Amino acid sequence: MELSDSVAVAQARAGNSGAFRVLVERHSRNLFRLAYRMTGHQQDAEDVVQETFLRAYRQLSKFDDRASFGTWLYRIAANCSLDLIRARKRRNAQTEAPAEEGAPDPMQSLPDPAPQPDRLAMSGEIGQKVAAVLDQLSEMERTAFVLRHYEGMCIDDIGRTLGVEPNAAKHSVFRAVQKLRRALEPLVSTAS
Amino acid sequence: MNHLTEEQFVLYYYGEGDESPAVRAHLDACETCRAEYAGLQRVLNVVDTAPVPERGANYGAQVWNRLRPAIKWDRPPGLSFWLWPARHWAAAALVATLIVAAFLAGRYYPKAPTGMQTANAGKVRERILLVAVGDHLDRSQAVLLELVNAQPGESLDVASERERAGELVADNRLYRQTAAHAGDTRVTSVLDELEPVLLEIAHGPDLLTPEQVESLRQRIEGDGILFKVRVAGSTVRHREEKAAPSVIQNTL
Repeated sequence: MELSDSVAVAQARAGNSGAFRVLVERHSRNLFRLAYRMTGHQQDAEDVVQETFLRAYRQLSKFDDRASFGTWLYRIAANCSLDLIRARKRRNAQTEAPAEEGAPDPMQSLPDPAPQPDRLAMSGEIGQKVAAVLDQLSEMERTAFVLRHYEGMCIDDIGRTLGVEPNAAKHSVFRAVQKLRRALEPLVSTAS
Repeated sequence: MNHLTEEQFVLYYYGEGDESPAVRAHLDACETCRAEYAGLQRVLNVVDTAPVPERGANYGAQVWNRLRPAIKWDRPPGLSFWLWPARHWAAAALVATLIVAAFLAGRYYPKAPTGMQTANAGKVRERILLVAVGDHLDRSQAVLLELVNAQPGESLDVASERERAGELVADNRLYRQTAAHAGDTRVTSVLDELEPVLLEIAHGPDLLTPEQVESLRQRIEGDGILFKVRVAGSTVRHREEKAAPSVIQNTL
């Protein structure tokens, strides 16, 4: 019979490696998807999955049994992704010149989406364009949007995951949608 | 009529908030908002097309294989020294008390000359440790024998062995530390090898499948741990017997 998450967590807490293995095998693929959507890079996503389980293992005694283990893991993965994105930005900042005050919105510097919509749609470039726009969102916007849009997490849970008030989480989702809309709507309306 | 805000559209799209019936009613009645909402839907539907590299069905196993060496399984996760169960503290207190008592006996015993007091105290301490370790090895051996002697091809109820193994793990750590501190490398090494086996039993299920019994048996026999425990137990008892007469002689 398949172990439920809560039973596996209880056994893993007692040091049962087999039970923790069940949790790793059950949640890895979902975590990878989340991590990839957060970081936009395969290798980074792999690192996030690894780090998430390590952190989860170390903090297993702090896990509240009444909560969902999957949601708890997502929270850790989101935080790991944010840590990694921040580290990446710090690295990039050391090699690139800082943006000047009043510089144009990076969204506007994206390639013009208007030309050849059919070809774009056919070749999957719309997906790449979406990925490029997601890359331009702030950490908070991207995380909140990924959790809301792809993972179906409610605003309250996103707030808890990010350690912010639900209102702040909600506004991050709004801003992300606004930016996506601004960048993608011309492309979408031309294509349709 | 006031049109819907962008926030209302987004919340409605995601099924959040409690305004859904009102928003639905407004959309039914307002062509402008309906067109606006359709635009949002198109964009958000396109967002779903962002590609995510697929991971195969065995991805979880691959993650586990990378993860396993990075995790130490020799103690329950997140369980700090301060959260030891009460019985482990009791065992720790007992050993500490015995050592202090032995130290005091050696320190204050009035009959022996000063040079011999120190020697006696050391011998008393050593003997107390030997008695405790000998007893610990005997109890560990009994648990291991239960598994090694199990009927092949049959399930085995190890509920009581599990419980005993759990208690032995805590004692094992104490004795290993004490033995290491005393420079007794042979005992330290055996206790070192014994601990993972005890942990595996303590953290396993109450009812072992024939395969699990076989795997444990192979582990115990393959590492020769039962033999080492037996030899160490016998050596410890021999040392204890050797130490006993001189201590008694010197302290009486």
